[in-house]
Amino acid sequence: MPAASAPSRSYWAIVWRQLRRDPMALAAASVLLIIVAAAVFAPWLAPADPYKASMIKRLLPIGSAGFLLGTDELGRDLLSRLMYGGRLSLLMGVVPVLAAFGIGTAIGLFAGYVGGKLNMIIMRVLDVFYAFPSVLLAVAISGALGPGMSNSLIALTLVFVPQVVRVAESVTTQVRQLDYIEAARMSGASAFSIIRVHVLGNVLGPVFVYATGLLSVSMILASGLSFLGLGVKPPEPEWGLMLNTLRSAIYSNPWVAALPGLLIFVTSIAFNLLADSVRSAMDIRR
Amino acid sequence: MFAYILKRLLYAIPIALSVTVVSFILVYLAPGDPLNAIAPADAPEEVITALRSAYGLDQPVPVQYGLWLMRAVQGDLGLSIATGREVTSEVLSAVGNTLLLAGVAALIGVVAGCILGALAGYRHGSWIDRLATALSVVGVSIPHYWLGLVLTILFSIWQPWFPAMGAGPGGSSEWLWDLEHFRYLVLPAVTLSVIPMGIITRTVRALVADMLAQEFVTALRARGLSGIAVFRHVAKNTAPTVLAVAGLQIGYLMGGSILVETVFAWPGTGFLLNTAIFQRDIPLLQGTILVLCMFFVALNLLVDILQPLIDPRMGRA
Repeated sequence: MPAASAPSRSYWAIVWRQLRRDPMALAAASVLLIIVAAAVFAPWLAPADPYKASMIKRLLPIGSAGFLLGTDELGRDLLSRLMYGGRLSLLMGVVPVLAAFGIGTAIGLFAGYVGGKLNMIIMRVLDVFYAFPSVLLAVAISGALGPGMSNSLIALTLVFVPQVVRVAESVTTQVRQLDYIEAARMSGASAFSIIRVHVLGNVLGPVFVYATGLLSVSMILASGLSFLGLGVKPPEPEWGLMLNTLRSAIYSNPWVAALPGLLIFVTSIAFNLLADSVRSAMDIRR
Repeated sequence: MFAYILKRLLYAIPIALSVTVVSFILVYLAPGDPLNAIAPADAPEEVITALRSAYGLDQPVPVQYGLWLMRAVQGDLGLSIATGREVTSEVLSAVGNTLLLAGVAALIGVVAGCILGALAGYRHGSWIDRLATALSVVGVSIPHYWLGLVLTILFSIWQPWFPAMGAGPGGSSEWLWDLEHFRYLVLPAVTLSVIPMGIITRTVRALVADMLAQEFVTALRARGLSGIAVFRHVAKNTAPTVLAVAGLQIGYLMGGSILVETVFAWPGTGFLLNTAIFQRDIPLLQGTILVLCMFFVALNLLVDILQPLIDPRMGRA
């Protein structure tokens, strides 16, 4: 055990060291870094205006002069649109997970800490969401709320919250029964400070691992909603929506049409590999 | 055993009821007066008033839910706004196509996943293990709506082996068990099968590798059992978990098929949901979601009941 030989290192430092030595984690992180950088710095890096259409330059193939990755069905530069598209796609993939991480941890901590009947009621109510396949739930909620980016963000957050609550609640319930929590309570610590000081640290790890695993699912679902026309609206560039609008081009220019989906795939696989690495790196304590 | 089944059945009832509650609430999630979702926009005042009392919308919400549930149980899910036809008949004619697609996809995914996972578990660390692991990561990471598009490009445009759209020649949505119809099923089913394939490969690989390292396997081998006989023991022990995972996956496929159905213009519930969402046809949305989720609940119940039949230890608990 590396932990025994270096007792001065904190748990997170060990995890970080473990991750830095994992070639898969490094590769996944580099790919993500490139994609995020291309999206963030799109206004400076993109070779063309992503909204500028041109009737005569429609559906140019990959490698055309001035259009490295060709053009879309309205003659807009695809490379630029893919770079700008990363902004909304990544945002829509990451924000629901972050929101669910915050909300779910809070509810899970509360439910697990109060325990008893109230806990049971909260958990049974959330069980309802497990009666729905997640894609269907996301489509149902955003379909009922109506198309739009914020509605699909709400829908995805609602899909992930119950799952995060379940993880947070089960850890909290386990920790709550330990003697040192009892001791803290005896010495007069308030419920809030016990949760903050003694419980939260135990809960964050497992919830963090679970949430990193959700990132890939969230990317696929968020772009999927846009693909269905439920998320981002045209002419905004977003990978899922681009995949949808380019679908009519698969007969004339198939590889250009497939590009936005390739980016969703690469991002999602990088998130998945990174999540796997994080999971095994954080497993050292158990 | 009987007590176990009864307990599972009783547990499924509140879940089924809560599914109806969520489906009912969908109407209230929709912005505006729920009546706008039912009545045409240019309806005269007296028609709106009549509809309001006909649908019980002048009653308190719990009463409305009760009335709606009573009608739903009797198979009346209201009228579709877009087509004016009964939602129940629309959903029932589409749900068969979705179940067919999800069922065949699940079959491909489960069989391929079991074979790949078992091979990988047996040859731990070999090239086939690495291949299976890579395939399972790809399976769970790939946006299947994109995979559908790529498969269309490859096997429908570049090599025109399979049709790209529909569920039968001439755009018919009537399914027949013949070769011609089967060709329409290949691409959507293969596309949809990669998700369960990835997850089941992962599950089976871990289970088999775990099982082979246990002492009872060593004991069986020491007693001189052949490889196949040992495998029978391993398979029996992995079956309950695989069944549980597979059951859940088939359920997810029914929901996940909406995207694949859109790509391949498959005339199932996904197509119905699409129509419902973009025509703001809330009764149709509500009815489709309700029917699909009831299938999901029933499937989970079936898995719960089947599991102790394979593994008698579970029934006793």
